Amino acid sequence: MTTKRFFVVALLVSLVLAGGVSYYASSRPDGLEKVAADKGLDAKEKDHALKDSPLGDYGVKGVDNARLSGGLAGVIGVGAVLAVSGGLFWAVRRRGTRTGADA
Amino acid sequence: MHVPDGFINAPVSVAAGVVAAGGVAVALRGARRELDDRTAPLAGLTAAFVFAAQMLNFPVAAGTSGHLLGGTLAAILVGPYTAVLCMAVVLGMQALLFADGGLSALGVNITIMGLVTVAVGYGVFRLLLRVLPATRPAVTGAAFGAALVSVPAAAAVFTLIYAIGGTAEVPIGTVAGAMIGVHVLIGIGEALITSLTVSSVLAVRPDLVHGARGLLRKPELRTRAASGAGA
Repeated sequence: MTTKRFFVVALLVSLVLAGGVSYYASSRPDGLEKVAADKGLDAKEKDHALKDSPLGDYGVKGVDNARLSGGLAGVIGVGAVLAVSGGLFWAVRRRGTRTGADA
Repeated sequence: MHVPDGFINAPVSVAAGVVAAGGVAVALRGARRELDDRTAPLAGLTAAFVFAAQMLNFPVAAGTSGHLLGGTLAAILVGPYTAVLCMAVVLGMQALLFADGGLSALGVNITIMGLVTVAVGYGVFRLLLRVLPATRPAVTGAAFGAALVSVPAAAAVFTLIYAIGGTAEVPIGTVAGAMIGVHVLIGIGEALITSLTVSSVLAVRPDLVHGARGLLRKPELRTRAASGAGA
């Protein structure tokens, strides 16, 4: 498999997971949320300052269909993470492929 | 395991922020050695995959769910320094775009889910590879064991941070028992997803698994010939 094809396949897998499969994810509280609620760690929890932001809580504001809203948020998230981290790694990388460790 | 605002007091949140910033600074220097023209885009993709997989909460016992943390997976795929940066970007985007994980707790979250999972996960992975044979199943097994340990390790460090700066009066033994207990179960899910992903990449492109480099000397690993042209 070429590197390009590998990249495309892995990106598609990520998009399908975040954009489609995520709809079927468990909505139970996660480990920390459950322990926090059971044992009272959350007595002084504060609301997230950005909870009403356009993508708050993994949904797109204004899109009422839960599957579409969550799926869109996931796809946007994959794109945003790829763009930011890819840009960072491209800037940090040493130039060329498999040369010495010098900068 | 995203810590919201208000769980940890301000001084300890700031201290964790300093630790996280220091870790990211070290990772920025170290990642230079791990990233080149070919691996940089794949490292970005690794961060995107971790973000996607973190959305997939799976049920564990007693009305609780868990999701991949991904530090061990990223470290094995792209190297530990780059993995810290992957986790920092994922956690930063989650906090800023999706209101997941408090803004004041970002340092805590990067520390436990970025620094601890990568350091413990990659450390255990390397240790296991020393005692296991240099085969593909052994790399997959080492990934399983490393991921399994990394999740309760993160829960333990959260407990430690809570012991120092927790805002509610809860006996620390209670926090430790509950947190580590449930995160051992979540660690099994982490181990399954991590080993499945690592073995999938090993099956098609073993040369792209940072943690297996120089280990699997098999005929299909013709990196020198392939790296420039077709690969």
